[in-house]
Amino acid sequence: MAFFPHLLLATLEGLVTSAVLALTALGLSLVFGVMRIVNVAHGEFFMLGAVLAWAITSAISGNPALGFALALVLSPLIVGAIAWIAERLVLRRIEYNPEATIVATIGLLYIIQQLALTFYGPEARPVTPPFNYRIQLPWFGYSGYKLSIIAASALLLLATWFVLTRTRIGLIMRATQYDRETALAFGIPVGRVYGAVFALGAMLAAIAAVLIVPIQQAHYLMGLDPLLLSFIVVIIGGLGSLRGTVIAALLIGVSDGIISVFFSPTLAKIIATLVVAMVLVFRPQGLFGTATK
Amino acid sequence: MTKRFFDIGKTGLSRRTALKGIAAGAGLMAAPGFVRYSQAQSSAPIKIGFQAHRTGIGAAYGRWYEKTTNAAVKLINDAGGINGRPVEIIVEDDGTDPKRGAEVVAKFASQHKTDIVFGTLFSHVVVGSAPTAGELKIPYYVVSEGYHVASGKLNRWVFQPGITDVRSQVTSVAPWVAANLGKKVTMIYPDYAFGYDHRDYFAPAIKAQGGEVVAQIPIPPTESSFTKYLPQIPADTEVLYHVMVGPGVLTFVKELGEFYGSNKPQLFGFIDSLEAVDINSPGLEFLDGSHFWEGSPRYAQANDSEAQKAYRAAVGIDDNGASTTDAKDVSTAAHMFGCWETLYVIKKAMEDSGYKGPEDRAKLVEATEALTKFKEGPEHPQGDKKFNGKLHQVFGHQNISKVEGGKLNVVHRTSIEDGLYEPEADYTTQPL
Repeated sequence: MAFFPHLLLATLEGLVTSAVLALTALGLSLVFGVMRIVNVAHGEFFMLGAVLAWAITSAISGNPALGFALALVLSPLIVGAIAWIAERLVLRRIEYNPEATIVATIGLLYIIQQLALTFYGPEARPVTPPFNYRIQLPWFGYSGYKLSIIAASALLLLATWFVLTRTRIGLIMRATQYDRETALAFGIPVGRVYGAVFALGAMLAAIAAVLIVPIQQAHYLMGLDPLLLSFIVVIIGGLGSLRGTVIAALLIGVSDGIISVFFSPTLAKIIATLVVAMVLVFRPQGLFGTATK
Repeated sequence: MTKRFFDIGKTGLSRRTALKGIAAGAGLMAAPGFVRYSQAQSSAPIKIGFQAHRTGIGAAYGRWYEKTTNAAVKLINDAGGINGRPVEIIVEDDGTDPKRGAEVVAKFASQHKTDIVFGTLFSHVVVGSAPTAGELKIPYYVVSEGYHVASGKLNRWVFQPGITDVRSQVTSVAPWVAANLGKKVTMIYPDYAFGYDHRDYFAPAIKAQGGEVVAQIPIPPTESSFTKYLPQIPADTEVLYHVMVGPGVLTFVKELGEFYGSNKPQLFGFIDSLEAVDINSPGLEFLDGSHFWEGSPRYAQANDSEAQKAYRAAVGIDDNGASTTDAKDVSTAAHMFGCWETLYVIKKAMEDSGYKGPEDRAKLVEATEALTKFKEGPEHPQGDKKFNGKLHQVFGHQNISKVEGGKLNVVHRTSIEDGLYEPEADYTTQPL
């Protein structure tokens, strides 16, 4: 294949990766930014979103688009509810102690994963995409659904940005992130905000998973990769920074696509990890993060 | 006198202590260990440690390996067991992880004290566990299809008597591929041992048929997106040879379909890619008309033997190769027959050697090595086989099936001779 179509394919692939990654990483970043905790179980919320999408779409017969639309709404809501319960039952009791939270969320990771194995099983199961449209380019064909993921993700990111910066809920979240004690003094129910933010973070991961599942199958071990990549993105972008997360996701996704196509996928991973190391050494707060007080 | 009698209670031996003593004695007699020595040894069960992939990437295979094993053991026990003793299967999950696999083998040998270890599929787990089996001198019967056993890299305690190895499989299908599909082949395979077996042995086999491998594309086993590899397929490729394992395979086929559309090369795959996956899953329409290797056919064929029918009924799979209780639960039919057949080989070898207990393990190894042929029948429903005692490897017939009308129909069955190759090993020279 000639250079240009090759590059085009690589970029398209990279953009799809970026789109899903941006949503997942944003969830992780939000939780860290507001609550100052590291949620190791984030990838499992992603997996749960995909598994639920399978359960919902296979329960609904008829037009696949209907089942998919329902999954896109219901699956994040269920995952959000589970995350909220986990936050109330576990994280609140350990008072968001950073070390204890890491251990607790590792426990959560295994519990969710093994429950999925027990009730969902070890198979990789497909979800029918809402529409099957193959775009025939002069050099190769490409999935129309994949392109729609990019658009959907962009819309969702805009919506999140709007909520965070233009609404009262967003203001409360930012206030809690900025200074927990002062927020508390001003009558903001910080505990409830934490619960909501943790649920919202999980929901973002679940939405990303529902979008990706028609092209990637639901599997009980699928949470690991998004977790690692989200960490990479969040570290590079700066914890708690929406803009940084999106730009880092684009950087990682597109460079992964291009390096994978032209060189090797292993090299892409090596470079991504190297960038993380460099960022940690020279700009520990991330490219767009602000230094913690 | 009377006074003294009652005094015993005060001098140390209280009623409570006495009761405890009696209870302990009774418990000791009831304990399994006690029974084993008091009765004839022959009635104690033969314990087979089943190293199962219950979790990890092999879990879908592991579940069906377990079902097949249980079905075969039930049949063996109903027919009187082995040497008049019942067979007991003890399952340990290895997480499809080599390190854990070695621990499981050690646990079987020292804690469960099983007679043998059996049932491993994934090649990296076999390679990781085999040294432990060799050190502990416990016979290790794998159902893995990797070439690692026949290559001579393992040790005298490891056998693969129920399923043909990959080298033999690819050697036997190469002539058919060259004659019917095309001679310019691009190979796509997982980037680890199992994939390398394909890479190393298919290329010379197709060359011997006047064909050539024009490109080899290894894919990391954890990969979940494949479109980025597809531009590496040369435009003059006539046959795309694909063998992928793991949860990403459906994506692989789908993306292949999106990439090529209707203008595709011939496809020849190993069903390993789609074991436990419904061939009619959305996105797999692209496979229509393509060909697959199958160890044992997933779909019931018109010419199935009575033994094959009985085997399918015993394991509990319907004519579509799915569970009789859940049509969506597709089996790993192409491989799992190996568990069934391996158990019958173990039975035969134990009977030949008059196996009594762990002290006879070396005799069991020699008796297994002495086997040469297995006849097609209820014990070997996949077909007759030749066993090479020096290689510890069995050789059988392979099936090539075409995807037609949402089913896999066998279009060619290779002979055992098609899959024979120059042996590279002789385990019998190793000391026991």
